[in-house]
Amino acid sequence: MIDKPLTLLAALLLLAGIPAMAEQGHHDIQIGQSWALATPPAVQVGAGYATITNAGAQPDRLLGADTQVAGKVEIHLMRHENGLMTMRPLSDGVEIPAGGTLELQPGGVHLMFLDLIRPLKPGETFPVTLDFQHSGPVEAEFTVRPAVGHHGDEAQAAHSH
Amino acid sequence: MMAVATLFGPALSQDIGEGFSLTATDGRRIGPEELRGRPYLLFFGFTHCPEICPMALSEISLRLEDLGPDADRLTPIFVTVDPARDTPEHLRDYLGWFDPRILGLSGTDQETATAARTFRATYRKVRLADGGYTMDHTAAIYLMDAEGGFFGHIDYRDDPEMQLAELRHLLAADGRGADNPEQGH
Repeated sequence: MIDKPLTLLAALLLLAGIPAMAEQGHHDIQIGQSWALATPPAVQVGAGYATITNAGAQPDRLLGADTQVAGKVEIHLMRHENGLMTMRPLSDGVEIPAGGTLELQPGGVHLMFLDLIRPLKPGETFPVTLDFQHSGPVEAEFTVRPAVGHHGDEAQAAHSH
Repeated sequence: MMAVATLFGPALSQDIGEGFSLTATDGRRIGPEELRGRPYLLFFGFTHCPEICPMALSEISLRLEDLGPDADRLTPIFVTVDPARDTPEHLRDYLGWFDPRILGLSGTDQETATAARTFRATYRKVRLADGGYTMDHTAAIYLMDAEGGFFGHIDYRDDPEMQLAELRHLLAADGRGADNPEQGH
């Protein structure tokens, strides 16, 4: 029995707030198969890939990322235009549809690590915090793999357009 | 070859790979004359390339391994389209990480443009918002025979077995010392 109107109001506001908070919590975003290419010495750029799933009821957007091993992380899209390979930053980020998946993979959208502080060696892992418009920051461990044998991934990306 | 027509247009393949002059990482001047006598493969790229160039060079390195001793019968070449950043020393260190047999070539802006033109390759510098830049570039791996004639091209995304078959055909087309009894395909 609630006999104070303010307490009732507070309770109602709290109850109203709970669904909104649960709607796009960071647990809606899952990051899997996160990996980065091993880099040669004296090269300050690298590439990172992952499978991002959005279990939420509304779309989300990957806006950027941060990691200690790089001065800056950007999201880049690779395209093949008339025999020319191009790469462009997606400054507005990239969408992950509601209930959908975004593949960051060779030949398509990838994370570009800029100003690497050291080479990335095969087998090591390092954390990257991905920044989402609604879900906020989500951290994932990226495993470094050698730059070979990923042609299957590119074939998948090419076939998906 | 349909792929030739797509990349180069009809009847142009005779001119491909003629008249370029670049500097190797050890200081030698390299052009078609210096390369004559051995087939070679050639790729345009730049070291600040996060994905394509490392993957292409890795594929080339793997194919060299696949070829075993036959790999020494061809010259793998990487030409930088970004000589401003890719100095000979840097190129040598970068390429050596993949396979020390890969020959790095660089030149002046004019020499780079001439080399690309002769291979019908294109590249362009693209400024980025933070003041840096990236290079768009043709990613084909050109296959040239021992006389400096255009043989074909492969792509780093091609099935490795297909890449290997093309390289073996390239080596078989070199009439001297071919240990593969099947000439041509």
